[in-house]
Amino acid sequence: MNKQLRLTFGKAVRTGLIGGIVALFLCLVGIVEIFGKRSLIEGLISLGHVFLFLSLLATGFVTASRKSDQAPLGRLWLSLAGTISGAVAGIVLALFMLLGSVINIRAMFIHASPDLYKILSFGRGMAGVWLLLLVGAALGALGALIRVLPSRIQKPLMQGFIGILLVGLFAGLVRPLLVAIPGLPEALGRYLFGQTGLTQGGALITFILIAGIVAFWSARGKTVQARVAKWPRSGQLALRWVFFGLAGVLALTLPLFSGPFIAQVIVLISLNILMGLGLNITLGFAGLLDLGFVAFFAMGAYTVGLLTSYGEYGLAHISFWAVVPIAILVAFMVGAFLGLPVLGMRGDYLAIATLGFGEIVRLLAGSDFLGKWLGGPQGVIGIQKPCLGILGPYVGLGIPRVCHGLELGGPKEIYYLAIICAILVAFVASRLRDSRLGRAWMAIREDEDVAEALGVNLIQTKLLAYMLGASFAGLSGAIFGTLVGSIFASSMQLMVSINVVCLIIVGGMGSIPGVVVGALVLIGLPEAFREFSEYRFLFYGAALIVMMLVKPGGLWPSSIVQRELHLDVKNDTGPNNAPTSAD
Amino acid sequence: MRTTLTEKIGEVAVAVFLWGFRILVVSVVIIGTILTIREGKYTGVQWIDFIVFGIARGSIYAMIALGYTMVYGILRMINFAHSEVFMSGAFGGYFLANAMGQSGFLDKYPVLGLVAAVLVGMLVSAGVALLVERIAYRPLRKAPRLVPLISAIGASFFLQYTFRGFFGPGIYAYPNVKVLSGEWNIFGIGILKMQVVVAVAAFIMMAVLYTIVMRTKIGKAMRAVSENKDVAALMGIDVDGIIVATFGVGAAMAGAAGVLYALMFRQVNFFMGFTPGIKAFTSAVLGGIGNVPGAMVGGIVLGIFESIGPALFLDGLGIIRPYQLQDAIAYIMLVMVLLFRPSGIVGEKLTTKKA
Repeated sequence: MNKQLRLTFGKAVRTGLIGGIVALFLCLVGIVEIFGKRSLIEGLISLGHVFLFLSLLATGFVTASRKSDQAPLGRLWLSLAGTISGAVAGIVLALFMLLGSVINIRAMFIHASPDLYKILSFGRGMAGVWLLLLVGAALGALGALIRVLPSRIQKPLMQGFIGILLVGLFAGLVRPLLVAIPGLPEALGRYLFGQTGLTQGGALITFILIAGIVAFWSARGKTVQARVAKWPRSGQLALRWVFFGLAGVLALTLPLFSGPFIAQVIVLISLNILMGLGLNITLGFAGLLDLGFVAFFAMGAYTVGLLTSYGEYGLAHISFWAVVPIAILVAFMVGAFLGLPVLGMRGDYLAIATLGFGEIVRLLAGSDFLGKWLGGPQGVIGIQKPCLGILGPYVGLGIPRVCHGLELGGPKEIYYLAIICAILVAFVASRLRDSRLGRAWMAIREDEDVAEALGVNLIQTKLLAYMLGASFAGLSGAIFGTLVGSIFASSMQLMVSINVVCLIIVGGMGSIPGVVVGALVLIGLPEAFREFSEYRFLFYGAALIVMMLVKPGGLWPSSIVQRELHLDVKNDTGPNNAPTSAD
Repeated sequence: MRTTLTEKIGEVAVAVFLWGFRILVVSVVIIGTILTIREGKYTGVQWIDFIVFGIARGSIYAMIALGYTMVYGILRMINFAHSEVFMSGAFGGYFLANAMGQSGFLDKYPVLGLVAAVLVGMLVSAGVALLVERIAYRPLRKAPRLVPLISAIGASFFLQYTFRGFFGPGIYAYPNVKVLSGEWNIFGIGILKMQVVVAVAAFIMMAVLYTIVMRTKIGKAMRAVSENKDVAALMGIDVDGIIVATFGVGAAMAGAAGVLYALMFRQVNFFMGFTPGIKAFTSAVLGGIGNVPGAMVGGIVLGIFESIGPALFLDGLGIIRPYQLQDAIAYIMLVMVLLFRPSGIVGEKLTTKKA
């Protein structure tokens, strides 16, 4: 047999094994079972199936991938190889099922449940094992086909599938909105969307629509773009204004018709954007990995708590609006305080030291030692909500003050506050980035010693990075404190810092739109969908690793970071192209 | 370049601040200690209890620290996922130990049973570490410093929640080994058997590791690679293989430590690796990162300090429920070491190396 063929089939088997193990992993961790409860296409495919199918498809896809230096193989052989790897993956899963029918795997792995077996066997019991093998082989073949088809066909197909996935995911959120409007929207809502996913009809329509649009765009898109570029400048600007105007109108009116849940999600996203913008200065611009970022958040929250609470730990009873500048200032100072000791440290050590600080702050805030002032493990409760109007006097312990005006009581009202703050802070951050200070930060990130030699005052610049980042986090903490109404030291965990770090990494270090994208993806998804929230940190961890391996610049990279990581220069030894002695 | 006035003020401010911090910590320790001893709240037996407990716990930290220090020596990166390697060893040993405990095997042949559990723990954690190295670290070896660090943090969380997904968020209890419960009477003082066994086992394993690193050919290769990777390659050493071996050995130590920790504290949980991991890293830095005997010393020192700390100086200062701040002591020690003596007690100057 041809050597190339042998190599490819060997690769197919290996890839199939790995794919099978990945699918098995997804089953054992419980992702398949828990996501299996949410359907993508009503009555047909659940999200759990999607995870399984994706891994099977991926084996075929990877098997059919060629490295540029290898001789090309015919499409038929590649599809065959894909089929083999899919089948191998299917065998792994089938073996798991056979084993499960003999011994009680559930005693060890809690998610090896009857529900899981039902999903794996497509509801057909042990006979489903053969079906599983067939599906594996078919998906492997499909994956390989997708890889080898010409881009003209490949793109619309792939985007069509992705479209079904995305639309189906959000169908559950969109449907109530449509159904609430009688007439055409209601009928449309009922026809296209099921309770949680798409109906079969809806799926078909979505696929055809998106595939069609993509096919059209790749065929005619360039001409359309060229024609728009020929428009007079005023016309192009008008187009942009229309776009932003629509987005703005949507953002402003969303809480009115969407209900408190979506408003809450967006508030949390905005708060995370605020924190992300803060860490973006410290880590994204200045390159200082601060894992104790939650400490500054805590400072803002506790300041608001202690100064506005009508509970037993309220030191004073000032209105929220007056306290916010104080909270920002406090966080600003604490930023200096925690930044001073670590000025000389670099890289890994800085990360661990700041992590230590964050933990020390949490432990002290929740200890009984400082409990007299900070509330101890019970925390500070009874935080006054912000009032657009005149706030009545402090009446007594535990009694909220009356607001003569509009009280920003719930997520729907705080929504506007959060979004306005996020926009303001984003503006400030972008001005900082383009300022002399911003350039000094980026110089430090590239190489501290050279920066110092060129006249950058390391102490001042680093401290300002910490302080400004801290002040944004303080603002975020302040709004959070008043949103929730109570603060507990146990919620100021390392996880919050890691959350923000992930946000920035996934969105794009040093990139302001990247922070927004990161927050939308990493906070929006788990908040909106309970299943994701269950596996939140699993996804975060995987996202970090995958991002570092595949796209270190993030989803929306800043152009400067791209140049630094040599991502825009082909054939360079960037992290993606690092030569390894194995492989 | 001539420094400006603001720069000079800045440097003075930093120096004052750091000195103030040193003085604060030292005076807290000294004053607290004096007050406690004057009050005489704790008897000699209680102090001995604290110290023995500290040695036992510290030797576990030391074993984990070995993994951190060896990987740092070779790759110049902190293996954030090492704490999860420790946890996976505890889980690995758990299922075997539980089965043995329930069938009564553990009571009949305790030594064999425990050794088997430790071995399984070592195997599982070595496997996990090798996977992590292959997937999350090896492709990123030539990347800028921040990239593998972030990948390591991601790997750490991924592993934590993988184990949570596999085995649930609950706490699993190791079986009670009858032979190890109770006390021995040494020089008239009652010392918990479990703690002695853990400490002795840890010492034995660390001695074995030390012999491997110092006396065998592979140990020599490890030391060579940690001195200079490229020259070692020129000398004909298979660098990738040695890196894998280092990860494996460090992980095996951590896995054994996991089983010992679980035997001592009887609890296994997906999050158990976090705090011991940080403390082990502190021990590694205390002893001088990259320095194998230093890590062992650092672990014991940290263990003792954290054990007698709350009683010794916090209590004297009138802090109620000082044990809540026990972890804070470890974190403060970490920060102090990183700030003031990053080369550690035994010493190796690596922190100011260029990122």
